[in-house]
Amino acid sequence: MLRLILSRLVAAIPVMGVVAIFVFLLLRLSPGDPAAILAGDTATPEAIAAIRADLGLDRPIPEQFITWIGQLAQGDLGKSVLSKQPVATMIGQRVEPTMSLALTTLIFAIAVAVPMGILAAWKQGSWFDRGIMALSVAGFSIPVFVLGYIMVFFFSMKLDLFPAQGFAPLRDGLPAFLERIALPTVTLSFIYIALFARITRTAMLEVLNEDYIRTAHAKGLKEHVVLVRHALRNAAIPIVSVIGIGFALLIGGVVITETVFNIPGIGRLVVDAVLGRDYPIIQGVILVFSGVYVLINLAIDVAYVLLDPRIRY
Amino acid sequence: MQQIFRHAAFRNPSVLIGGGILLLLLVVALLAPLLTGHDPGSIAPRFRLRGPSDEFLMGTDMLGRDVWTRVVHGARISLLVSTVVATIAISIGLVIGLTAGYIRWLDGPMMRAMDGVMAIPGILLAIALVSLSGASLITVIVAIVIPEIPRVARLVRGVVLSIREEPYVEAAVGLGTPTVKILIQHILPNTIAPLIVQGTYICASAILVEAILSFLGAGLPPEIPTWGNIIAEGRGVFQRAPWIILFPGGFLAVTILAVNILGDGLRDTLDPRMKKRLGA
Repeated sequence: MLRLILSRLVAAIPVMGVVAIFVFLLLRLSPGDPAAILAGDTATPEAIAAIRADLGLDRPIPEQFITWIGQLAQGDLGKSVLSKQPVATMIGQRVEPTMSLALTTLIFAIAVAVPMGILAAWKQGSWFDRGIMALSVAGFSIPVFVLGYIMVFFFSMKLDLFPAQGFAPLRDGLPAFLERIALPTVTLSFIYIALFARITRTAMLEVLNEDYIRTAHAKGLKEHVVLVRHALRNAAIPIVSVIGIGFALLIGGVVITETVFNIPGIGRLVVDAVLGRDYPIIQGVILVFSGVYVLINLAIDVAYVLLDPRIRY
Repeated sequence: MQQIFRHAAFRNPSVLIGGGILLLLLVVALLAPLLTGHDPGSIAPRFRLRGPSDEFLMGTDMLGRDVWTRVVHGARISLLVSTVVATIAISIGLVIGLTAGYIRWLDGPMMRAMDGVMAIPGILLAIALVSLSGASLITVIVAIVIPEIPRVARLVRGVVLSIREEPYVEAAVGLGTPTVKILIQHILPNTIAPLIVQGTYICASAILVEAILSFLGAGLPPEIPTWGNIIAEGRGVFQRAPWIILFPGGFLAVTILAVNILGDGLRDTLDPRMKKRLGA
Protein backbone atom coordinates (compact mmCIF):
# COMPACT_ATOMS: atom_id res chain seq x y z
CA MET A 1 0.00 0.00 0.00
CA LEU A 2 2.79 2.42 0.96
CA ARG A 3 4.58 1.56 -2.28
CA LEU A 4 1.44 2.31 -4.23
CA ILE A 5 1.00 5.71 -2.59
CA LEU A 6 4.67 6.54 -3.18
CA SER A 7 4.52 5.51 -6.84
CA ARG A 8 1.39 7.62 -7.35
CA LEU A 9 3.09 10.57 -5.68
CA VAL A 10 6.01 10.23 -8.06
CA ALA A 11 3.60 10.10 -11.00
CA ALA A 12 2.00 13.34 -9.80
CA ILE A 13 5.28 15.24 -9.93
CA PRO A 14 5.35 15.83 -13.72
CA VAL A 15 1.74 17.05 -13.65
CA MET A 16 2.52 19.53 -10.90
CA GLY A 17 5.66 20.48 -12.82
CA VAL A 18 3.60 21.34 -15.90
CA VAL A 19 1.21 23.37 -13.73
CA ALA A 20 4.14 25.27 -12.22
CA ILE A 21 5.75 25.97 -15.61
CA PHE A 22 2.41 27.07 -17.02
CA VAL A 23 1.68 29.46 -14.15
CA PHE A 24 5.25 30.75 -14.29
CA LEU A 25 5.11 31.44 -18.03
CA LEU A 26 1.63 32.97 -17.79
CA LEU A 27 3.04 36.00 -16.00
CA ARG A 28 6.34 36.19 -17.91
CA LEU A 29 4.77 35.93 -21.36
CA SER A 30 1.86 38.27 -20.75
CA PRO A 31 2.07 41.77 -22.20
CA GLY A 32 3.54 44.23 -19.75
CA ASP A 33 6.28 44.21 -17.13
CA PRO A 34 5.84 41.28 -14.67
CA ALA A 35 7.35 43.31 -11.84
CA ALA A 36 4.83 46.11 -12.44
CA ILE A 37 1.96 43.59 -12.50
CA LEU A 38 3.11 42.00 -9.24
CA ALA A 39 3.58 45.39 -7.61
CA GLY A 40 0.07 46.59 -8.49
CA ASP A 41 -1.36 49.68 -10.14
CA THR A 42 -0.31 52.23 -7.54
CA ALA A 43 3.26 51.02 -6.95
CA THR A 44 6.18 53.43 -6.91
CA PRO A 45 9.15 52.80 -9.23
CA GLU A 46 11.19 51.85 -6.13
CA ALA A 47 8.63 49.18 -5.14
CA ILE A 48 8.70 47.77 -8.68
CA ALA A 49 12.49 47.72 -8.64
CA ALA A 50 12.46 45.95 -5.25
CA ILE A 51 10.19 43.21 -6.61
CA ARG A 52 12.32 42.89 -9.72
CA ALA A 53 15.42 42.39 -7.59
CA ASP A 54 13.63 40.06 -5.17
CA LEU A 55 12.40 37.70 -7.91
CA GLY A 56 15.42 38.22 -10.13
CA LEU A 57 13.21 39.33 -13.00
CA ASP A 58 16.17 40.91 -14.81
CA ARG A 59 18.00 37.59 -14.97
CA PRO A 60 17.52 34.85 -17.61
CA ILE A 61 14.19 32.97 -17.59
CA PRO A 62 15.58 29.54 -16.48
CA GLU A 63 17.32 31.17 -13.53
CA GLN A 64 14.12 33.01 -12.59
CA PHE A 65 12.26 29.73 -12.72
CA ILE A 66 14.64 28.07 -10.29
CA THR A 67 14.41 30.99 -7.85
CA TRP A 68 10.62 30.89 -8.10
CA ILE A 69 10.35 27.11 -7.64
CA GLY A 70 12.71 27.33 -4.67
CA GLN A 71 10.45 29.88 -2.99
CA LEU A 72 7.38 27.78 -3.81
CA ALA A 73 8.99 24.71 -2.25
CA GLN A 74 9.33 26.66 0.98
CA GLY A 75 5.63 27.51 0.88
CA ASP A 76 6.30 31.10 -0.20
CA LEU A 77 3.55 32.15 -2.62
CA GLY A 78 4.58 35.81 -2.71
CA LYS A 79 2.96 38.86 -1.16
CA SER A 80 -0.38 40.46 -1.82
CA VAL A 81 -0.24 43.77 -3.68
CA LEU A 82 -2.92 45.44 -1.59
CA SER A 83 -2.54 44.06 1.94
CA LYS A 84 1.22 43.31 1.71
CA GLN A 85 0.53 40.07 3.63
CA PRO A 86 1.98 36.73 2.46
CA VAL A 87 -0.44 35.07 0.04
CA ALA A 88 -0.06 31.71 1.80
CA THR A 89 -1.28 33.24 5.10
CA MET A 90 -4.22 34.95 3.39
CA ILE A 91 -5.30 31.70 1.74
CA GLY A 92 -4.90 29.88 5.06
CA GLN A 93 -7.27 32.31 6.76
CA ARG A 94 -9.93 31.65 4.12
CA VAL A 95 -9.72 27.87 3.99
CA GLU A 96 -12.42 27.08 6.54
CA PRO A 97 -15.52 28.46 4.77
CA THR A 98 -14.40 26.99 1.43
CA MET A 99 -13.64 23.56 2.89
CA SER A 100 -16.94 23.59 4.78
CA LEU A 101 -18.90 24.38 1.63
CA ALA A 102 -17.01 21.85 -0.49
CA LEU A 103 -17.48 19.06 2.06
CA THR A 104 -21.17 19.71 2.84
CA THR A 105 -21.78 19.84 -0.91
CA LEU A 106 -20.03 16.55 -1.59
CA ILE A 107 -21.76 14.80 1.33
CA PHE A 108 -25.19 16.16 0.45
CA ALA A 109 -24.78 15.37 -3.25
CA ILE A 110 -23.64 11.79 -2.63
CA ALA A 111 -26.36 11.21 -0.02
CA VAL A 112 -29.06 12.34 -2.45
CA ALA A 113 -27.68 11.17 -5.79
CA VAL A 114 -26.51 7.63 -5.07
CA PRO A 115 -29.92 6.38 -3.79
CA MET A 116 -31.56 8.23 -6.69
CA GLY A 117 -29.28 6.50 -9.20
CA ILE A 118 -29.82 3.09 -7.60
CA LEU A 119 -33.60 3.47 -7.69
CA ALA A 120 -33.51 4.74 -11.28
CA ALA A 121 -31.45 1.72 -12.38
CA TRP A 122 -33.63 -0.69 -10.42
CA LYS A 123 -36.79 0.71 -12.01
CA GLN A 124 -35.20 1.25 -15.43
CA GLY A 125 -37.62 2.78 -17.93
CA SER A 126 -40.16 3.79 -15.29
CA TRP A 127 -41.45 7.35 -14.86
CA PHE A 128 -39.08 7.72 -11.91
CA ASP A 129 -36.10 6.75 -14.07
CA ARG A 130 -37.14 9.12 -16.86
CA GLY A 131 -37.73 11.91 -14.34
CA ILE A 132 -34.26 11.47 -12.85
CA MET A 133 -32.64 11.50 -16.29
CA ALA A 134 -34.54 14.63 -17.35
CA LEU A 135 -33.64 16.31 -14.08
CA SER A 136 -29.99 15.44 -14.59
CA VAL A 137 -29.92 17.17 -18.01
CA ALA A 138 -31.52 20.21 -16.37
CA GLY A 139 -29.01 20.02 -13.51
CA PHE A 140 -26.15 20.32 -15.98
CA SER A 141 -27.69 23.33 -17.66
CA ILE A 142 -28.69 25.70 -14.86
CA PRO A 143 -25.66 27.85 -14.06
CA VAL A 144 -24.86 27.75 -10.37
CA PHE A 145 -25.16 31.50 -9.88
CA VAL A 146 -28.57 31.63 -11.56
CA LEU A 147 -29.72 28.75 -9.38
CA GLY A 148 -28.30 30.53 -6.35
CA TYR A 149 -30.38 33.63 -7.00
CA ILE A 150 -33.49 31.52 -7.65
CA MET A 151 -32.90 29.84 -4.27
CA VAL A 152 -32.49 33.21 -2.54
CA PHE A 153 -35.62 34.48 -4.32
CA PHE A 154 -37.80 31.62 -3.05
CA PHE A 155 -36.26 30.48 0.22
CA SER A 156 -35.15 33.75 1.74
CA MET A 157 -37.18 36.47 0.03
CA LYS A 158 -40.53 34.71 -0.44
CA LEU A 159 -40.56 32.09 2.33
CA ASP A 160 -38.06 33.72 4.69
CA LEU A 161 -36.68 30.31 5.75
CA PHE A 162 -32.94 30.93 5.44
CA PRO A 163 -30.65 33.97 5.56
CA ALA A 164 -29.62 35.07 2.06
CA GLN A 165 -25.97 35.71 2.82
CA GLY A 166 -23.01 35.04 5.02
CA PHE A 167 -21.24 32.20 6.76
CA ALA A 168 -21.08 30.91 10.34
CA PRO A 169 -18.17 28.66 11.34
CA LEU A 170 -18.88 25.30 12.95
CA ARG A 171 -17.65 26.53 16.35
CA ASP A 172 -20.69 28.85 16.51
CA GLY A 173 -22.77 25.69 16.90
CA LEU A 174 -24.26 23.27 14.41
CA PRO A 175 -27.67 25.01 14.04
CA ALA A 176 -26.10 28.36 13.12
CA PHE A 177 -23.64 26.64 10.77
CA LEU A 178 -26.36 24.64 9.00
CA GLU A 179 -28.73 27.59 8.75
CA ARG A 180 -26.14 29.60 6.84
CA ILE A 181 -24.66 26.85 4.72
CA ALA A 182 -27.92 25.11 3.70
CA LEU A 183 -28.79 27.28 0.69
CA PRO A 184 -25.25 27.46 -0.77
CA THR A 185 -24.88 23.70 -0.31
CA VAL A 186 -28.14 22.84 -2.05
CA THR A 187 -27.32 25.30 -4.84
CA LEU A 188 -23.86 23.97 -5.48
CA SER A 189 -24.97 20.33 -5.05
CA PHE A 190 -27.42 20.47 -7.93
CA ILE A 191 -24.92 19.78 -10.69
CA TYR A 192 -23.21 17.02 -8.68
CA ILE A 193 -26.51 15.36 -7.93
CA ALA A 194 -27.13 15.36 -11.69
CA LEU A 195 -23.67 13.97 -12.42
CA PHE A 196 -23.52 11.37 -9.64
CA ALA A 197 -27.09 10.14 -10.13
CA ARG A 198 -26.44 9.61 -13.82
CA ILE A 199 -23.21 7.72 -13.34
CA THR A 200 -24.62 5.62 -10.47
CA ARG A 201 -27.53 4.62 -12.67
CA THR A 202 -25.23 3.68 -15.57
CA ALA A 203 -22.82 1.72 -13.37
CA MET A 204 -25.68 -0.08 -11.62
CA LEU A 205 -27.36 -1.01 -14.90
CA GLU A 206 -24.16 -2.64 -16.08
CA VAL A 207 -23.74 -4.64 -12.88
CA LEU A 208 -27.40 -5.65 -12.57
CA ASN A 209 -27.04 -7.81 -15.70
CA GLU A 210 -24.29 -9.91 -14.16
CA ASP A 211 -24.76 -13.57 -13.28
CA TYR A 212 -23.96 -13.12 -9.61
CA ILE A 213 -26.89 -10.72 -9.25
CA ARG A 214 -29.19 -13.39 -10.67
CA THR A 215 -27.65 -15.89 -8.27
CA ALA A 216 -28.20 -13.52 -5.37
CA HIS A 217 -31.85 -13.19 -6.36
CA ALA A 218 -32.15 -16.93 -6.84
CA LYS A 219 -30.93 -17.73 -3.38
CA GLY A 220 -33.72 -15.57 -2.03
CA LEU A 221 -31.82 -12.52 -0.80
CA LYS A 222 -33.90 -9.45 -0.10
CA GLU A 223 -34.02 -6.85 -2.87
CA HIS A 224 -32.20 -4.15 -0.89
CA VAL A 225 -29.42 -6.56 0.08
CA VAL A 226 -28.87 -7.46 -3.57
CA LEU A 227 -28.90 -3.82 -4.64
CA VAL A 228 -26.60 -2.46 -1.97
CA ARG A 229 -24.31 -5.30 -0.98
CA HIS A 230 -23.91 -7.03 -4.32
CA ALA A 231 -24.62 -4.43 -6.99
CA LEU A 232 -23.54 -1.11 -5.49
CA ARG A 233 -20.23 -2.50 -4.25
CA ASN A 234 -19.30 -3.58 -7.72
CA ALA A 235 -20.57 -0.37 -9.27
CA ALA A 236 -18.47 1.73 -6.89
CA ILE A 237 -15.41 2.25 -9.13
CA PRO A 238 -16.98 4.47 -11.81
CA ILE A 239 -18.87 6.34 -9.10
CA VAL A 240 -15.69 7.09 -7.17
CA SER A 241 -13.86 8.17 -10.32
CA VAL A 242 -16.63 10.61 -11.19
CA ILE A 243 -16.48 12.07 -7.70
CA GLY A 244 -12.85 12.86 -8.55
CA ILE A 245 -13.84 14.59 -11.78
CA GLY A 246 -16.58 16.33 -9.82
CA PHE A 247 -14.02 17.81 -7.51
CA ALA A 248 -12.46 19.73 -10.38
CA LEU A 249 -15.86 21.21 -11.19
CA LEU A 250 -16.41 21.89 -7.51
CA ILE A 251 -13.50 24.35 -7.38
CA GLY A 252 -15.02 26.59 -10.04
CA GLY A 253 -18.43 26.22 -8.43
CA VAL A 254 -17.16 27.22 -5.00
CA VAL A 255 -15.74 30.50 -6.35
CA ILE A 256 -19.10 31.43 -7.85
CA THR A 257 -21.27 30.23 -4.98
CA GLU A 258 -19.19 32.18 -2.48
CA THR A 259 -19.78 35.30 -4.54
CA VAL A 260 -23.55 34.77 -4.71
CA PHE A 261 -23.93 34.07 -0.96
CA ASN A 262 -21.17 36.41 0.21
CA ILE A 263 -19.16 33.68 1.93
CA PRO A 264 -15.68 34.87 2.98
CA GLY A 265 -13.76 31.91 1.49
CA ILE A 266 -10.96 31.44 -1.03
CA GLY A 267 -13.39 32.11 -3.88
CA ARG A 268 -14.19 35.57 -2.56
CA LEU A 269 -10.48 36.13 -2.10
CA VAL A 270 -9.89 35.49 -5.82
CA VAL A 271 -12.81 37.61 -6.96
CA ASP A 272 -11.72 40.52 -4.77
CA ALA A 273 -8.20 40.04 -6.13
CA VAL A 274 -9.51 40.36 -9.70
CA LEU A 275 -11.26 43.62 -8.83
CA GLY A 276 -8.14 44.93 -7.06
CA ARG A 277 -5.79 43.59 -9.79
CA ASP A 278 -3.94 41.68 -7.07
CA TYR A 279 -2.22 39.09 -9.27
CA PRO A 280 -0.06 37.31 -6.65
CA ILE A 281 -3.23 36.13 -4.91
CA ILE A 282 -4.73 34.77 -8.13
CA GLN A 283 -1.51 32.93 -8.91
CA GLY A 284 -1.28 31.52 -5.37
CA VAL A 285 -4.86 30.25 -5.39
CA ILE A 286 -4.32 28.56 -8.76
CA LEU A 287 -1.27 26.74 -7.45
CA VAL A 288 -3.03 25.64 -4.25
CA PHE A 289 -6.20 24.46 -6.01
CA SER A 290 -4.22 22.60 -8.71
CA GLY A 291 -2.20 20.88 -6.01
CA VAL A 292 -5.37 19.86 -4.19
CA TYR A 293 -6.80 18.58 -7.46
CA VAL A 294 -3.75 16.41 -8.11
CA LEU A 295 -3.81 15.08 -4.52
CA ILE A 296 -7.53 14.23 -4.73
CA ASN A 297 -6.95 12.28 -7.93
CA LEU A 298 -4.08 10.49 -6.23
CA ALA A 299 -6.37 9.56 -3.34
CA ILE A 300 -8.89 8.25 -5.85
CA ASP A 301 -6.29 6.04 -7.52
CA VAL A 302 -5.56 4.58 -4.10
CA ALA A 303 -9.28 4.16 -3.43
CA TYR A 304 -9.60 2.05 -6.61
CA VAL A 305 -7.20 -0.49 -5.19
CA LEU A 306 -9.04 -0.59 -1.89
CA LEU A 307 -12.36 -1.04 -3.67
CA ASP A 308 -11.25 -3.56 -6.23
CA PRO A 309 -8.39 -5.91 -5.32
CA ARG A 310 -8.10 -6.90 -9.00
CA ILE A 311 -6.63 -3.49 -9.86
CA ARG A 312 -2.85 -3.31 -9.68
CA TYR A 313 -0.51 -0.53 -10.62
CA MET B 1 -26.68 17.69 -49.43
CA GLN B 2 -30.14 16.14 -49.51
CA GLN B 3 -28.61 12.99 -48.15
CA ILE B 4 -27.25 14.87 -45.18
CA PHE B 5 -30.69 16.21 -44.33
CA ARG B 6 -32.16 12.71 -44.49
CA HIS B 7 -29.72 11.59 -41.80
CA ALA B 8 -31.20 10.16 -38.59
CA ALA B 9 -29.97 13.24 -36.73
CA PHE B 10 -32.68 15.33 -38.39
CA ARG B 11 -35.41 13.02 -37.12
CA ASN B 12 -34.11 12.88 -33.57
CA PRO B 13 -36.47 14.78 -31.21
CA SER B 14 -33.59 16.06 -29.04
CA VAL B 15 -31.81 17.51 -32.07
CA LEU B 16 -35.03 19.11 -33.30
CA ILE B 17 -35.98 20.64 -29.94
CA GLY B 18 -32.48 21.82 -28.99
CA GLY B 19 -31.70 23.03 -32.51
CA GLY B 20 -35.09 24.73 -32.78
CA ILE B 21 -34.59 26.74 -29.59
CA LEU B 22 -31.11 27.79 -30.71
CA LEU B 23 -32.32 28.77 -34.16
CA LEU B 24 -35.00 30.93 -32.53
CA LEU B 25 -32.38 32.53 -30.30
CA LEU B 26 -30.15 33.17 -33.32
CA VAL B 27 -32.98 34.91 -35.15
CA VAL B 28 -33.77 37.01 -32.06
CA ALA B 29 -30.10 37.94 -31.69
CA LEU B 30 -29.73 38.90 -35.35
CA LEU B 31 -32.91 40.97 -35.34
CA ALA B 32 -32.08 42.55 -31.96
CA PRO B 33 -32.48 46.20 -32.99
CA LEU B 34 -35.86 45.47 -34.64
CA LEU B 35 -37.29 43.62 -31.63
CA THR B 36 -36.54 46.25 -29.04
CA GLY B 37 -37.78 49.78 -28.64
CA HIS B 38 -34.74 51.01 -26.75
CA ASP B 39 -31.00 51.35 -27.02
CA PRO B 40 -29.07 48.82 -24.88
CA GLY B 41 -26.80 51.52 -23.47
CA SER B 42 -29.16 54.48 -23.12
CA ILE B 43 -29.40 55.63 -19.53
CA ALA B 44 -32.68 57.00 -18.19
CA PRO B 45 -32.42 57.56 -14.42
CA ARG B 46 -36.08 58.46 -14.05
CA PHE B 47 -37.08 54.95 -15.18
CA ARG B 48 -34.63 53.16 -12.91
CA LEU B 49 -35.59 49.84 -11.23
CA ARG B 50 -39.04 49.67 -12.86
CA GLY B 51 -40.70 46.26 -12.72
CA PRO B 52 -41.69 44.37 -15.88
CA SER B 53 -44.44 46.22 -17.77
CA ASP B 54 -45.73 46.76 -21.31
CA GLU B 55 -43.13 49.41 -21.96
CA PHE B 56 -40.26 47.52 -20.28
CA LEU B 57 -40.95 43.82 -20.89
CA MET B 58 -38.34 42.68 -18.37
CA GLY B 59 -38.16 45.83 -16.27
CA THR B 60 -35.24 48.25 -16.05
CA ASP B 61 -31.92 48.19 -14.22
CA MET B 62 -30.26 50.60 -11.80
CA LEU B 63 -29.53 53.12 -14.56
CA GLY B 64 -32.97 52.85 -16.12
CA ARG B 65 -31.78 50.75 -19.07
CA ASP B 66 -34.28 48.33 -20.60
CA VAL B 67 -33.39 44.78 -19.46
CA TRP B 68 -35.10 43.07 -22.45
CA THR B 69 -33.06 45.14 -24.90
CA ARG B 70 -29.86 44.31 -23.06
CA VAL B 71 -30.71 40.61 -22.82
CA VAL B 72 -31.35 40.39 -26.56
CA HIS B 73 -28.08 42.13 -27.34
CA GLY B 74 -26.36 39.85 -24.82
CA ALA B 75 -27.52 36.85 -26.87
CA ARG B 76 -25.29 38.07 -29.71
CA ILE B 77 -22.19 37.96 -27.51
CA SER B 78 -23.03 34.53 -26.11
CA LEU B 79 -23.59 32.99 -29.54
CA LEU B 80 -20.53 34.66 -31.03
CA VAL B 81 -18.21 33.64 -28.19
CA SER B 82 -19.47 30.05 -28.11
CA THR B 83 -19.04 29.37 -31.83
CA VAL B 84 -15.64 31.05 -32.02
CA VAL B 85 -14.40 29.20 -28.91
CA ALA B 86 -15.64 25.83 -30.19
CA THR B 87 -14.00 26.34 -33.61
CA ILE B 88 -10.62 27.35 -32.22
CA ALA B 89 -10.56 24.75 -29.41
CA ILE B 90 -11.43 21.96 -31.84
CA SER B 91 -8.86 23.05 -34.42
CA ILE B 92 -6.01 23.21 -31.92
CA GLY B 93 -7.11 20.12 -29.99
CA LEU B 94 -7.43 18.19 -33.25
CA VAL B 95 -3.87 18.96 -34.31
CA ILE B 96 -2.49 18.06 -30.86
CA GLY B 97 -4.58 14.89 -30.63
CA LEU B 98 -3.64 13.67 -34.13
CA THR B 99 0.05 14.30 -33.52
CA ALA B 100 0.10 12.74 -30.05
CA GLY B 101 -1.94 9.74 -31.16
CA TYR B 102 0.05 8.95 -34.27
CA ILE B 103 3.61 10.03 -33.58
CA ARG B 104 4.57 7.81 -30.67
CA TRP B 105 7.54 9.68 -29.21
CA LEU B 106 5.51 12.88 -29.00
CA ASP B 107 2.63 11.15 -27.21
CA GLY B 108 4.09 11.12 -23.69
CA PRO B 109 5.30 14.74 -23.43
CA MET B 110 2.23 16.18 -25.19
CA MET B 111 -0.30 14.32 -23.08
CA ARG B 112 1.57 15.15 -19.84
CA ALA B 113 1.35 18.82 -20.82
CA MET B 114 -2.38 18.35 -21.41
CA ASP B 115 -2.74 16.67 -17.98
CA GLY B 116 -1.06 19.67 -16.40
CA VAL B 117 -3.40 22.16 -18.09
CA MET B 118 -6.35 20.01 -17.04
CA ALA B 119 -5.20 20.10 -13.41
CA ILE B 120 -5.60 23.89 -13.35
CA PRO B 121 -9.22 24.77 -12.60
CA GLY B 122 -10.54 26.28 -15.87
CA ILE B 123 -12.34 29.21 -14.28
CA LEU B 124 -9.24 30.25 -12.30
CA LEU B 125 -7.02 29.95 -15.36
CA ALA B 126 -9.41 32.17 -17.29
CA ILE B 127 -9.54 34.67 -14.42
CA ALA B 128 -5.72 34.82 -14.34
CA LEU B 129 -5.46 35.35 -18.11
CA VAL B 130 -8.07 38.08 -18.15
CA SER B 131 -6.59 39.90 -15.18
CA LEU B 132 -3.12 39.78 -16.77
CA SER B 133 -4.06 40.87 -20.26
CA GLY B 134 -7.03 43.12 -19.58
CA ALA B 135 -10.68 42.59 -20.42
CA SER B 136 -11.35 42.33 -24.14
CA LEU B 137 -13.25 39.97 -26.43
CA ILE B 138 -10.03 38.33 -27.62
CA THR B 139 -8.66 37.77 -24.09
CA VAL B 140 -11.95 36.27 -22.97
CA ILE B 141 -12.04 33.93 -25.98
CA VAL B 142 -8.43 32.82 -25.42
CA ALA B 143 -9.15 32.35 -21.72
CA ILE B 144 -12.11 30.07 -22.46
CA VAL B 145 -10.34 28.18 -25.28
CA ILE B 146 -7.23 27.06 -23.34
CA PRO B 147 -8.95 24.86 -20.71
CA GLU B 148 -11.04 23.20 -23.48
CA ILE B 149 -8.08 22.14 -25.63
CA PRO B 150 -6.94 19.13 -23.50
CA ARG B 151 -10.42 17.61 -23.61
CA VAL B 152 -10.48 17.75 -27.42
CA ALA B 153 -6.90 16.49 -27.68
CA ARG B 154 -7.67 13.51 -25.42
CA LEU B 155 -10.77 12.63 -27.42
CA VAL B 156 -8.98 12.80 -30.77
CA ARG B 157 -5.99 10.86 -29.45
CA GLY B 158 -8.33 8.11 -28.25
CA VAL B 159 -9.89 7.84 -31.70
CA VAL B 160 -6.49 7.79 -33.38
CA LEU B 161 -5.20 5.05 -31.08
CA SER B 162 -8.18 2.84 -31.88
CA ILE B 163 -8.07 3.51 -35.63
CA ARG B 164 -4.32 3.23 -36.24
CA GLU B 165 -4.42 -0.53 -35.71
CA GLU B 166 -7.18 -1.02 -38.31
CA PRO B 167 -6.19 -3.15 -41.32
CA TYR B 168 -6.82 -0.34 -43.82
CA VAL B 169 -4.39 1.95 -42.00
CA GLU B 170 -1.81 -0.82 -41.83
CA ALA B 171 -2.33 -1.40 -45.54
CA ALA B 172 -1.75 2.29 -46.26
CA VAL B 173 1.41 2.24 -44.13
CA GLY B 174 2.55 -0.89 -45.98
CA LEU B 175 2.04 0.85 -49.33
CA GLY B 176 4.33 3.64 -48.19
CA THR B 177 1.68 6.36 -47.93
CA PRO B 178 3.13 9.48 -46.29
CA THR B 179 2.10 10.00 -42.64
CA VAL B 180 0.36 13.31 -43.31
CA LYS B 181 -1.79 11.69 -46.00
CA ILE B 182 -2.71 8.78 -43.71
CA LEU B 183 -3.71 11.19 -41.00
CA ILE B 184 -5.88 13.31 -43.30
CA GLN B 185 -7.37 10.60 -45.49
CA HIS B 186 -7.86 7.68 -43.12
CA ILE B 187 -7.84 8.96 -39.58
CA LEU B 188 -9.36 12.44 -39.73
CA PRO B 189 -12.77 11.28 -41.05
CA ASN B 190 -13.20 9.05 -38.00
CA THR B 191 -12.85 12.02 -35.68
CA ILE B 192 -15.58 14.14 -37.31
CA ALA B 193 -18.63 12.62 -35.59
CA PRO B 194 -17.23 12.69 -32.05
CA LEU B 195 -15.89 16.20 -32.66
CA ILE B 196 -19.27 17.55 -33.76
CA VAL B 197 -20.72 16.18 -30.52
CA GLN B 198 -17.84 17.51 -28.43
CA GLY B 199 -18.08 20.86 -30.22
CA THR B 200 -21.70 21.23 -29.13
CA TYR B 201 -20.75 20.59 -25.51
CA ILE B 202 -17.89 23.11 -25.82
CA CYS B 203 -20.42 25.70 -27.04
CA ALA B 204 -22.52 25.10 -23.91
CA SER B 205 -19.50 25.36 -21.66
CA ALA B 206 -18.22 28.50 -23.45
CA ILE B 207 -21.57 30.29 -23.00
CA LEU B 208 -21.49 29.35 -19.32
CA VAL B 209 -17.87 30.34 -18.70
CA GLU B 210 -18.25 33.67 -20.52
CA ALA B 211 -21.24 34.46 -18.30
CA ILE B 212 -19.36 33.37 -15.17
CA LEU B 213 -16.35 35.53 -16.05
CA SER B 214 -18.54 38.57 -16.64
CA PHE B 215 -20.47 37.83 -13.45
CA LEU B 216 -17.23 37.69 -11.42
CA GLY B 217 -15.98 40.93 -12.97
CA ALA B 218 -13.27 39.17 -14.98
CA GLY B 219 -15.03 39.13 -18.33
CA LEU B 220 -15.90 41.63 -21.02
CA PRO B 221 -15.88 45.31 -19.97
CA PRO B 222 -19.06 46.21 -18.06
CA GLU B 223 -20.33 48.58 -20.76
CA ILE B 224 -20.89 45.63 -23.12
CA PRO B 225 -24.29 44.04 -22.40
CA THR B 226 -23.53 40.35 -21.85
CA TRP B 227 -25.78 38.10 -19.79
CA GLY B 228 -23.12 37.80 -17.12
CA ASN B 229 -22.61 41.58 -16.95
CA ILE B 230 -26.36 42.23 -16.67
CA ILE B 231 -26.58 39.70 -13.82
CA ALA B 232 -23.50 41.16 -12.10
CA GLU B 233 -25.04 44.64 -12.21
CA GLY B 234 -28.22 43.31 -10.63
CA ARG B 235 -26.40 41.74 -7.68
CA GLY B 236 -26.53 44.72 -5.37
CA VAL B 237 -30.25 45.32 -5.90
CA PHE B 238 -31.43 41.72 -6.12
CA GLN B 239 -33.82 41.99 -3.17
CA ARG B 240 -35.46 45.09 -4.71
CA ALA B 241 -35.31 44.21 -8.38
CA PRO B 242 -34.92 40.44 -8.86
CA TRP B 243 -35.97 40.67 -12.53
CA ILE B 244 -32.55 42.12 -13.49
CA ILE B 245 -31.01 38.75 -12.59
CA LEU B 246 -33.86 36.29 -13.16
CA PHE B 247 -34.56 37.18 -16.82
CA PRO B 248 -31.03 37.01 -18.22
CA GLY B 249 -30.44 34.03 -15.91
CA GLY B 250 -33.42 32.28 -17.46
CA PHE B 251 -32.15 33.00 -20.97
CA LEU B 252 -28.74 31.66 -20.00
CA ALA B 253 -30.16 28.45 -18.50
CA VAL B 254 -32.53 27.77 -21.42
CA THR B 255 -29.77 28.38 -23.98
CA ILE B 256 -27.34 26.03 -22.24
CA LEU B 257 -30.11 23.45 -21.84
CA ALA B 258 -30.89 23.70 -25.57
CA VAL B 259 -27.24 23.23 -26.54
CA ASN B 260 -26.91 20.25 -24.18
CA ILE B 261 -30.09 18.62 -25.53
CA LEU B 262 -28.81 19.17 -29.07
CA GLY B 263 -25.49 17.60 -28.07
CA ASP B 264 -27.20 14.56 -26.52
CA GLY B 265 -29.29 14.08 -29.68
CA LEU B 266 -26.24 14.39 -31.93
CA ARG B 267 -24.32 11.97 -29.72
CA ASP B 268 -27.09 9.38 -29.95
CA THR B 269 -27.38 9.61 -33.73
CA LEU B 270 -23.83 10.39 -34.89
CA ASP B 271 -21.74 8.53 -32.35
CA PRO B 272 -23.58 5.38 -31.25
CA ARG B 273 -20.47 3.95 -29.59
CA MET B 274 -20.43 6.81 -27.09
CA LYS B 275 -24.10 6.24 -26.31
CA LYS B 276 -23.44 2.64 -25.49
CA ARG B 277 -20.56 3.58 -23.26
CA LEU B 278 -22.69 6.02 -21.28
CA GLY B 279 -25.60 3.60 -21.08
CA ALA B 280 -27.95 6.51 -21.70
